[in-house]
Amino acid sequence: MSTTTARPKAADSHPTSKAARVLADRRLPVMVTAALFLVMYAAGLSRYQNYGFGEAQVFLNLFIDNSYLLVAAVGATFVILSGGIDLSVGSVIGFTTMFTAWLVERQGLPLVLVIPLALGVGALGGFLMGYVIHNFEIQPFIVTLAGLFLYRGLCLVISKESIAIGDASVSSMAQTQVSLGGAFLSIGAIVALVVLAAAFYVLHYTRFGRRVYAVGGNEQSALLMGLPQGGTKISVYTVSGFCSALAGLLFTLYIQSGDPLHATGMELDAIAAVVIGGTLLTGGSGFVIGTLFGVLVLGLIKSLIQFEGTLSSWWTKIATGVLLCAFILIQRAMTARRKT
Amino acid sequence: MTTTPRWRALTHHHLFWPVAVLVVLLLVNIPFTPDFFSIKMTDGHLYGSLVSIVLFGSPLILVAVGMTLVIATGGIDLSVGAVVAITGALTCAHLSEQADQNALSGVFTALAIGLAAAVVCGLWNGFLVARMGIQPIIATLIIMVAGRGVAQLITDGQIITVSSEPYKLIGGGYWLTLPFSIFVVLAVVAVTALLTRRTALGLLVESVGGNAEASRLVGIRSRRIKIMVYVFCALCAGIAGLMISSNTSAADGNNAGLWIELDAILAVVIGGTALTGGRFSIGGTVVGALVIQTLTTTIYTIGVPTQTNLVFKAAVVIVVCLMQSPKFRAKVFGAKRAAQQPPAPAAPADTAPTADAAPKLEVS
Amino acid sequence: MAEPRPVLEMTGIVKEFPGVRALSGVDFRLFPGEIHALLGENGAGKSTLIKVLTGVHTLDGGSITLSGRPVRFAGPAQAQQAGISTVYQEVNLCPNLSVAENIFIGREPTRFGRIDWKRLRREAAGLVDRLGLDIDVTAPLSSYPLAVQQLVAIVRSVGTADGEGAGTKVLVLDEPTSSLDRGEVLELFALMRRLRDEGVAILFVSHFLDQIYEVCDRMTVLRNGTLVGEHMVRDLDQVGLVQLMIGKALGQLDELHEHQLHADVGEPLLEAEGVGRAGGIEPFDLEIKKGEVIGLAGLLGSGRTELARLLFGADQPDSGKVTVGGKEVAMSAPNDAIGAGVAFCSENRKTEGLIPDLTVRENIILALQAARGWTRPIPTAQRDELVAKYIAALDIRPANPEARVGQLSGGNQQKVLLARWLITRPQLLILDEPTRGIDIGAKAEIQKLVVSLSEEGMAVLYIAAELEEVLRLSHTIGVLRDRKLVARIANGPEITPTRILETIASGEHQ
Repeated sequence: MSTTTARPKAADSHPTSKAARVLADRRLPVMVTAALFLVMYAAGLSRYQNYGFGEAQVFLNLFIDNSYLLVAAVGATFVILSGGIDLSVGSVIGFTTMFTAWLVERQGLPLVLVIPLALGVGALGGFLMGYVIHNFEIQPFIVTLAGLFLYRGLCLVISKESIAIGDASVSSMAQTQVSLGGAFLSIGAIVALVVLAAAFYVLHYTRFGRRVYAVGGNEQSALLMGLPQGGTKISVYTVSGFCSALAGLLFTLYIQSGDPLHATGMELDAIAAVVIGGTLLTGGSGFVIGTLFGVLVLGLIKSLIQFEGTLSSWWTKIATGVLLCAFILIQRAMTARRKT
Repeated sequence: MTTTPRWRALTHHHLFWPVAVLVVLLLVNIPFTPDFFSIKMTDGHLYGSLVSIVLFGSPLILVAVGMTLVIATGGIDLSVGAVVAITGALTCAHLSEQADQNALSGVFTALAIGLAAAVVCGLWNGFLVARMGIQPIIATLIIMVAGRGVAQLITDGQIITVSSEPYKLIGGGYWLTLPFSIFVVLAVVAVTALLTRRTALGLLVESVGGNAEASRLVGIRSRRIKIMVYVFCALCAGIAGLMISSNTSAADGNNAGLWIELDAILAVVIGGTALTGGRFSIGGTVVGALVIQTLTTTIYTIGVPTQTNLVFKAAVVIVVCLMQSPKFRAKVFGAKRAAQQPPAPAAPADTAPTADAAPKLEVS
Repeated sequence: MAEPRPVLEMTGIVKEFPGVRALSGVDFRLFPGEIHALLGENGAGKSTLIKVLTGVHTLDGGSITLSGRPVRFAGPAQAQQAGISTVYQEVNLCPNLSVAENIFIGREPTRFGRIDWKRLRREAAGLVDRLGLDIDVTAPLSSYPLAVQQLVAIVRSVGTADGEGAGTKVLVLDEPTSSLDRGEVLELFALMRRLRDEGVAILFVSHFLDQIYEVCDRMTVLRNGTLVGEHMVRDLDQVGLVQLMIGKALGQLDELHEHQLHADVGEPLLEAEGVGRAGGIEPFDLEIKKGEVIGLAGLLGSGRTELARLLFGADQPDSGKVTVGGKEVAMSAPNDAIGAGVAFCSENRKTEGLIPDLTVRENIILALQAARGWTRPIPTAQRDELVAKYIAALDIRPANPEARVGQLSGGNQQKVLLARWLITRPQLLILDEPTRGIDIGAKAEIQKLVVSLSEEGMAVLYIAAELEEVLRLSHTIGVLRDRKLVARIANGPEITPTRILETIASGEHQ
């Protein structure tokens, strides 16, 4: 008898219409961003066709020129999905360029040793920040702000001047081109794509990844469901620290020097890419694939402005801000509707 | 016990620790610069390390004072650096187009245009936070990102230089033997103090930041209050922007006020206002800003390479935040405190129902 | 039928908190295949008992036996492993994840370290199907209403216990129905009965007496941390149950009760017509006259607080209208009510009343200041005089206006809140459990104050858990039961606690 009362009742409680279901779909923001990218690309094609915008290499350059940003943004995606924020990204990238350049050029260490060392320092820094955030319940914003100061300060402690890297192995690596039909990708771009794929796998096919979503969705619930919420939070900052350091290595490769002012403010670009990619800044909702589109949109803005020629570089910042604003308002509308 | 009541009252004063840190930092300078505290009179102007600390610290004090009110409502404003840049850029852009840059009317119009832009930024932040209900850190991120672009757009990516004597006065001139900017700071701090303590604004701000739900139930219109503090904060940042561009007689859309939001937040925290909102102290913030400026100066005078400045700042942030964290205090000083404190005065009857009646609070 | 062995036995349970004994020697048992209600008023120890059972609190005395074996849980995870699952009133799931994930998160099936999504969905769908529910497990949890989320929480706890080997032996449902409508409640009950028939012992906490009588087999009543009785539901009627919960035999109550009725009430002040809110309280009519004290009587969760909040605009009513002094008040925010002269002291002093960081003085003047706006501060001299006057009149201790209010005792904090509203000279003062958790002396003072305020012409809406308190103070008594205002009774010598109790228990006033 209980079956008969339960069945029809529960059917009522289904999401009402197909339209509502589409609107409630968490993939919607990613699709919006992807569509935006396509529209922008198509606009670029029609406008600058005669200037070679349609070449495959122009498209692949988006990946090459933004490889480091993509890696950093992937790290930031983990943090933001868990409901936190990491302001130290840019400084860690800057520090890694200095640290690497200094070790290679001034200390003469081989690259095989320098790379794991740099990555280790980044991950350790992230771990410590996560540890403080979780154990002392200090806002992530202020802890990673301290990280921002510390890493930038350490850059300057290493050297006030920029250090050019003349090491042969670095430059040969930087110039390696992986042919893709008529066009090519750099090693940095390939590393970035591998990181993206790994992040996708981790977030969607491992228990750790799902815990990141759970903690971001409702930290209290995650705790009561018996999930190790503290460990998850610390891990997320460790991942971000690692990704930032890796992004720093790619940046070093891209620019072949260490400079204490490299990547200043890049945390903002990374956060903007994540948000434009459809990840909720309050955590718990979003996809790392969206971050890819976010980075591509930002990259495309830059190259469109380059192609336009008469537009100046600051339009990048303004366009980024406008997009950021639009997506924050979309997010707000979506969450407001969900609550009611 | 050797501690007298008077001493205890002193150490418990909310300004005690910030001032103590400031005094220690100042004293550190003496072995390195014996005449650190001396103030000389040259050409009718006062010079000395103390004067320059206040002079160079002026923009930071202004921004931090505005930030204090925002933080007291439980918010944060990341856009102040961008507002500094926009205000400076607009004002200088307008001034540089004047035929006579020394004409007072032109200078005042330029100031008004710059400050109006700041107010618009503040209104926008306040609108997003109070009306749209967006988290402050996210809402103010928008202008933080876009604002510098706008500033560069205004200056066309160049550094606009102006040569206006009246304008130069604000950030670089002297008046009554002292840098004029000190008077600007005094005026803003005085206005803020009057506005918050002579009206009920301070009380309502602390109430909203201290317990938002209770404030709603007591009938406080918290939206208005929030919009007001964001506008005020942006206005302070705008004045700081005028000061910075006036000091160099130039507007640099890219670098003016870079990182000032972080220094300002740090100054507020050192001054004893908690990032969670509630009680605030304008005096504490001023001292906090002076601490940061003195730290910079001290690092310079004692001969430590200036580049370590940021590392010191990071250390200060970490220490201050750890000291403010109840969990950290419990872990480190927990045993000591428990022994010192008399048994909790709360009536036993008070704990019984709360332990039983509020399980939803504990599990939700 | 011979009584089977209990699956769970708790004997002589003692739990102490600093300065208070929350449970003193409580015995409790649960049989397999029964739905067992745990009942008691505020402070009876229900939540503490549940928390001891589910491993949130550690025992200070007594023992727990599960399936014949003594157990001791160091945390909720251990209790869950042993087969005790808990679902709280608030849904503790992640709304951003799918239903299937919510059921399995933390123990997702994996293949080679990779989450096996197909198997996860299949198993989740199987579990949902087995429990007779029709829920699409791939949809995000947030796309379902709260009631279904509640069901998913139960599925998760059952699934978790099954998955970890022990199988669900005991399912604790702590006020799962408080925000569900009738249809949703039926659905929940169907699931509970199904689980019961599978042999699960269900511990059910609800404030709705009808629900207890509808679904439960047995009940245990606690009062002041002690066991009052364990009864089969069919053996005890509602009047008997309410007596057990409130804790006095009916005759005894009447002797204690003495009327202190005073001056006649004046003309109508506030009228509510058909005011209600879904999930809060059913539409009600209420008239409050000047100088009248209206007491609200009803069990915890009967809708007392919800009614008061609607009259203050703290929650927005879905229906009906409120007029004060003949003028309609919008009630879209507390400001509207405050403007009309309504004041409200919440039962949650700490979260909804005090600003703990501010001083006594600041807390006292807050409401008046909010009404004046920020530009018109109360002149210092007038302010200090007002504050001093109310500190003295209410005997707030310490009598230091600069003391931080967070450091005062409960009774003094309550007086600060009273002072905050009295200073605004409201026409109607709503007091929600003003005497809860404060000492006897302060209690008496607050009750005296209510009487004198009413004599001065102020209307008071008074909510208290103790019936005597309500009867002693009120001209009129509103009786609430299961989120409904069931009766308005004019107080008089013939009105005894017994009659009120009967009304609460039966829902009808003779």
